[in-house]
Amino acid sequence: MSLDTTTGGTFAPRPGSAPFGHQVLAQTRMEARLLLRNGEQLLLALVIPLLVLFGGVAAIRYLDLSLTHTPIDQLTPGVVALAVMSTSFTSLAIATGFERRYGVLKRLGSSPLPRHGLLLGKVGALLLVQLLQVVVVGGAALFLDWSPELSVRSLVGALVVAVLGTAAFASWGLFVAGALRAEATLAAANLVYLLLAAGGGVLVPAETYGRFSDVVGWLPSGALGEGLREALVDGTFPSGPALVLVAWAAIGTLLTARTFTWE
Amino acid sequence: MPRSSSSAASGTVPAVEIRGLRMAYGDKVAVDGLDLEVARGSITAVLGPNGAGKTTTLETCEGYRKAQQGTVRVLGLDPQADRRHLLPRIGVMLQSGGAWTGVRAEEMLRHIAALHAHPLPVPMLVDRLGLAECGRTPYRRLSGGQQQRLSLAMAVVGRPELLFVDEPTAGMDPQSRRDTWALLEELRGDGVTTVLTTHYMDEAERLADTVHIIDHGRMIASGSPFELTRGPGISTIKLVVTRPFPDHAPESLRRVLGPETEVSQVNAYSMLITGPADATTLGKVSAWCEEVDVLPESLSLGQRTLEDVFLELTGRGLAA
Repeated sequence: MSLDTTTGGTFAPRPGSAPFGHQVLAQTRMEARLLLRNGEQLLLALVIPLLVLFGGVAAIRYLDLSLTHTPIDQLTPGVVALAVMSTSFTSLAIATGFERRYGVLKRLGSSPLPRHGLLLGKVGALLLVQLLQVVVVGGAALFLDWSPELSVRSLVGALVVAVLGTAAFASWGLFVAGALRAEATLAAANLVYLLLAAGGGVLVPAETYGRFSDVVGWLPSGALGEGLREALVDGTFPSGPALVLVAWAAIGTLLTARTFTWE
Repeated sequence: MPRSSSSAASGTVPAVEIRGLRMAYGDKVAVDGLDLEVARGSITAVLGPNGAGKTTTLETCEGYRKAQQGTVRVLGLDPQADRRHLLPRIGVMLQSGGAWTGVRAEEMLRHIAALHAHPLPVPMLVDRLGLAECGRTPYRRLSGGQQQRLSLAMAVVGRPELLFVDEPTAGMDPQSRRDTWALLEELRGDGVTTVLTTHYMDEAERLADTVHIIDHGRMIASGSPFELTRGPGISTIKLVVTRPFPDHAPESLRRVLGPETEVSQVNAYSMLITGPADATTLGKVSAWCEEVDVLPESLSLGQRTLEDVFLELTGRGLAA
């Protein structure tokens, strides 16, 4: 307890930072609330993955594709990958782009919250939203008789790939938000999301891309989708995809650290 | 241990100390060899037209920009190198923006409060700044004046020692301006140092203990509003009395005041005295009033405004 030498007026100075953990928690809560309050973000986070899940299962049945597993078992890991990608890349990039535009990052830049605290707060909010996505998508899939491989190896593998995928996409999302203007970030983040969702190996196995299958496996989207499928469909530990994601995260982090400006 | 060391040193170090600051954006020089010192516990206004270099100077103090030449010390600290120790001790009000578009006014204030160790009670601040009626309104739907008041609230909620406010009342209605001024005066009363930029001369005159007038990145005049408007030792004193002056009053008063003083009668009840506006002169004037048996109703020092001062120094007006 420090003895105050102040006059005791209402506004008498008594500066100080809240404990770092409290600051990060406050930032996490705030960012998660704002993400969930935004209609477009919610569409991206929950509605689109659910539509893809139900639509995909119906399409596989209609086309009568011969698969080694049931449609829902085959598809669910990819939908989870899509959900992770939408939040950690598209939502994060757009939100951060507009935070820069509206001076939020500048304002927080003169608050006691250090930059790594802000980053941790953002990651915390991403993980909270992703947890919600996994619960909703997983719940819907279980309703459609999803029976994933359940072993320690498969669950740890899925978790590792999901976290690495989040790191990789988040670092690139921040890079885009730091390099482009807010409107350009909005456009680019949505475009990349659509391209990767359609042709980036998120939803369907890389081998279905024929002679492009190698390329697709090296994309962060392909690595995330393949990794989750290897873990949850085949029950193996996805070490290859994990390494690809580590590389993407390292490059993205380096680029962001070099280029990101707060204004 | 920034807290304990700060309280030990707080009396000795100026709040802000700028020496030879030079800042340029490409070819354009924004700040050109500026020296400036801010005393603790004062309100200091940095006055100048748009583009004079006010915001650049402020943002260098706040650690947003690195001093290209010269030195800047804030509470004795380097705003860039000692940023983490400095930031909790200062409050910053940006000229615009600074909140998420979808965040509610009170929610935003609570968030900033949560980043500090001993924040002010949010409801008190909300009430003081008239934000109660818009506490649940998303930031993007607040009026310009409400956004400004929220921004000020965010700057003071952490109970800073030193407050930087950039154009605090731009776009505010008269009532909000008065509330803002009252708050800044109360902060000074409680020991908070404030540096504000403004291009409103009435704001500087009303609030500031010290005014620094800058133009094209250079300091062109400094002093209290009184010193600046008084001019170089000469001023006018207007004397108004309750009943008409006796005959030959100007001559009689001039004899009392001495040769360096001009006296002219405006009408039967008032006279204009031009000369050194000091206590001696004022004393002689009231003694003379007693002698000739008139009761002074008012005795006021002539009002040049800061606007006049700026016009004299630059040949241009202050207004944007």
